[in-house]
Amino acid sequence: MNPAFSVILLTTLTGAAQGLFLALFGCELAHALNLSAPTPGHDFYVVGALISLALSGAGLIASFFHLGRPERAWRSAAMWRTSWLSREVIVLPAFMATTALYALGHAMGWPLSLATGAIGAVLALALFVCTGMIYACLKFLQEWATPLTVINYMVLGCASGLTLASAYAALSEAELMFVMTSLAIALTLTGLATRSASLLRNARLRPRSSLQTAIGIHHPRIAQRSQGLMGGSFNTREFFHHKTLQFLRSVKWTFLLLAFVLPVLLLSAGAATASAPLLWLAFAVQYIGLLAERWYFFAQANHPQNLYYQTIS
Amino acid sequence: MTQLALVIDLNVCVGCQACVTSCKSWNTSGTAGSLADLNPYDEDPTGTFFNRVQTFEVGSYPNTETVHFPKSCLHCEDPPCVPVCPTGASYKRAEDGIVLVDYDKCIGCKYCSWACPYGVRELDPERKEMTKCTLCVDRIYNEALPERDRKPACVLACPTSARIFGDVHDPDSSASKAIRERGGYQLMPEWGTEPSNHYLPRRKTEMTIRPDQIVRTDNPLKVDGLKPMPDASTPALDDAASW
Repeated sequence: MNPAFSVILLTTLTGAAQGLFLALFGCELAHALNLSAPTPGHDFYVVGALISLALSGAGLIASFFHLGRPERAWRSAAMWRTSWLSREVIVLPAFMATTALYALGHAMGWPLSLATGAIGAVLALALFVCTGMIYACLKFLQEWATPLTVINYMVLGCASGLTLASAYAALSEAELMFVMTSLAIALTLTGLATRSASLLRNARLRPRSSLQTAIGIHHPRIAQRSQGLMGGSFNTREFFHHKTLQFLRSVKWTFLLLAFVLPVLLLSAGAATASAPLLWLAFAVQYIGLLAERWYFFAQANHPQNLYYQTIS
Repeated sequence: MTQLALVIDLNVCVGCQACVTSCKSWNTSGTAGSLADLNPYDEDPTGTFFNRVQTFEVGSYPNTETVHFPKSCLHCEDPPCVPVCPTGASYKRAEDGIVLVDYDKCIGCKYCSWACPYGVRELDPERKEMTKCTLCVDRIYNEALPERDRKPACVLACPTSARIFGDVHDPDSSASKAIRERGGYQLMPEWGTEPSNHYLPRRKTEMTIRPDQIVRTDNPLKVDGLKPMPDASTPALDDAASW
């Protein structure tokens, strides 16, 4: 597929927003259950929820650039019974509204903030499932059609959200920062494991479709001589990244380094020295790494329609 | 249940592109909106087509066959592009099984094109809406047209009758008969999409001339015994017919 930057930004920004919200809610829940000593004040939750809201809002704006007819976007909530995209379109604004309510509840000192947080947490997790399933449900895009797609969206979103939460906590709650940092490191390492699992799986994939099944002629030697057009079409633009294999490979190693290895080192160093700048740097590096990861996720998917578009003439 | 579809005979398609141009001509002129035609006389011409004819070479030289392969929406019985549409713009008509896009509802998110393994949906670069073959739904029921013209534009244009239009659920239709009698098949059966459009395979072309046709044993003069039956090895006037 040809990666679209609007979708890359949407999935990475909202992923971090969802992860950050889950971190805030987890923090409040642990406090309510008397599990953790650090008890941040209301301000911590208000600003944190507003950061999460800003990130998911930016993701929502980015998503509009993917649409040919953004003025009709409101229609996309209609088919929630069958379409994961429609479900995402419903869950994302619901998550943003709950985040806003959560911030407002803490700002006003309302008593039901834990319940609001629980609803927000469920919506955050549901949003990960919706986003992942948009890709995982397309069975002939074999690189995507695996539960690992959903797992990766969830784990990588939580990892970047927790890294952001560590950097954010380092500004005011030093004790909380250690908890967040250890969780961020654990999630980043989990992400490295699950993403590597999907990379290994995809490296061993055998495409189920071939030129033989595409045109129904069972001869071992078939070569395309013309694709019916010479100057390119939607089919040649949308479904292929037009980059070399070497470029693809270098993006893979770049994201493995930037999204997983460097953030773990920076998080450890940041926690050891209690340095907020190092933790912010960890978030920035990991975010750039996740942009590369998402680009690779799209570029690696090989659409069977490309079988029909191999030779210009 | 009616399922309108095309049956495409790869045995007689000559790759003349008449179906491509007549399709574009009809579908860019209709009320549904024009189809983009960018840089038609410049470098990198591009645009939207509902139907394309591709060419494949099968085998290795000198034993090759050139196969011209027309490709348009296959109007699947279980179309994967329909359930993924978030707005309901993409739908399959219950009455005749045609898969259509309600252009006014389309937001141009391209998700349906990702969900089609055949690559037959094209986002129009000017209208920013997903477009696809409609089986000329605005022709086949059009009472303003004479009855014989109520067929898809591509079918009417084909000079070799390589395109058969009909109801593939009606066992007596010419389309169903062609599928049944000439080994019609579906594309990419591995994904369970059950395409309604079928393709008829190439057939071996053989000369069937028997020896008695060469020596003209049916020459009435010889049959009546007025002339002697010559031996088959006797030289003839044109080396084919023995007088």
